[in-house]
Amino acid sequence: MNLRGAARIAYLILIYGFLYLPILVLIVYSFNDSKYSLEWQGMTWTWYQNLFDDPDLLQVALNSTLIATLSATVATGIGTLAAVALYRYEFFGKPLLQSLIFVLMMTPDIVMGIALLILFVSLSLPLGFWTLLLAHITFNIPFVVVTVLSRISGFDRHLIEAAKDLGATEFQTVRRIVLPLLMPAVAAGWLLSFTLSMDDVMVSFFVTGPTFEILPLKIYSMVRLGVTPEINALCTIMLGVTLLLILIAQLLLHERS
Amino acid sequence: MRIREPFKLVAVGMIGFWLTAFALLPNLLVVIASVLERGSDEFVAFALTLDSYRRLLDPLYLGVLLDSLWLAGVTTALCLLLGYPFAYLLTRMPARWRPALLLLVIIPFWTSSLVRTYAMVIILQTNGWLNQILLGLGLITEPLELLYTEPAVIAGMLYTLLPFMILPLYAVLEKLDRRLIEAARDLGAGRVTIFRRIILPLTLPGIIAGCMLTFLPGLGMFYVADLLGGARTLLVGNLIRDQFLSARDWPFGAAASTLLTGLMLLLLWAYYLSSRRASRGALP
Repeated sequence: MNLRGAARIAYLILIYGFLYLPILVLIVYSFNDSKYSLEWQGMTWTWYQNLFDDPDLLQVALNSTLIATLSATVATGIGTLAAVALYRYEFFGKPLLQSLIFVLMMTPDIVMGIALLILFVSLSLPLGFWTLLLAHITFNIPFVVVTVLSRISGFDRHLIEAAKDLGATEFQTVRRIVLPLLMPAVAAGWLLSFTLSMDDVMVSFFVTGPTFEILPLKIYSMVRLGVTPEINALCTIMLGVTLLLILIAQLLLHERS
Repeated sequence: MRIREPFKLVAVGMIGFWLTAFALLPNLLVVIASVLERGSDEFVAFALTLDSYRRLLDPLYLGVLLDSLWLAGVTTALCLLLGYPFAYLLTRMPARWRPALLLLVIIPFWTSSLVRTYAMVIILQTNGWLNQILLGLGLITEPLELLYTEPAVIAGMLYTLLPFMILPLYAVLEKLDRRLIEAARDLGAGRVTIFRRIILPLTLPGIIAGCMLTFLPGLGMFYVADLLGGARTLLVGNLIRDQFLSARDWPFGAAASTLLTGLMLLLLWAYYLSSRRASRGALP
């Protein structure tokens, strides 16, 4: 029994090692004071310094942050209302709407990317900021809906009925009762949307134009030229930001109410 | 109930509009584009043809298609093989460790797969980590050419997609009713029988969901093939990308994409059937 227990732990550690080792290597080498060598030459901030000295890169990072903030905010608005509606009401087309959200979440990125590209070209929208924003809102929405819905399902319906009995209008009920109870899930949905948007390569690849560059695509074009310590540093920063946001989102979702 | 519900109207209206305009309509346009002819000035010419689908069967493209299905299939199989026992062991861990252990799977699930693919490049490159370790252990005398091979692409996809397999499996395994297993054991069923007749059917929805989440992206992740597989067109994703970017043959790219959508709908249907069966089977 003990031997089996040990084997189980060993297997878990092995898989976690596989998941985390490459990331750890990436992080460690972003601090290595050597441009080409793998050997540890001491700690340095040079590569990070180089990143911050690059005005182009800062602009691109700013673009990404802008898109992520706006798309997460709009998607959270639409997605939260949708989740509340799916929970509260019966309406025409509800099963269709539910399956559309599910299908949208499962759709491979590349399919969504070219579908939106064809849409934007048919509408003669110039590819750039606006098309990117619309696309990011679209792929963020289902994740917000699912995050919020999973929280709503644990709700006490009596609270809503009580509010109704006390004469609250529908709008008041939603604003005073439903939304406050949902806040943690809404915030988590926003954070997850933000990270999705910051990290997206495939959809953005198709729907952005030369006028508006974003971080993941910049990294992609840099990486194709080879491994450099600056990319290690940039990727480490991206990982750090994502990690922080996921941790906060998970704390919000698992907080006991 | 109230007759006028402005809130309901706004909430349903917004999501309905958005999904129609940016999910339903674009996909319809893809299907339409796939049966049109390639245009000379515009991207498409308005003449109906099934030519693009016929060209998918051209040996040149069929080869890419089959290669891609193979790579995605192997990746999915490996994910399942590694992920299933892993997810099962997670559910058997003490309850107070589980949230933290699960979080360690969720973190890579949400982090950028580009960044993680890049991390894989660092590990696999000729003077990279893996070669250094193998050289150091004396297992090899020359560094291996690991990068720009098919196994490298599989390793990269496995690395980025494994959490997508583990999470849905964990979700179904955690809900698995242990009493059913005990009952079967009491009735004299062996380990294999219990797995085959009880655990497998009840966790099938999770298996299908996990396979869907690894297999479909596995066909499309063109940047993994670019960074780890070199210049060859390996995946359907690269094929589609090239049609829209360099070859400018939109109908053909749309046809390949429609194929992926069809495959997704097929898998979703299988998922739906299996989850209906599993929930029926779980009733006491």
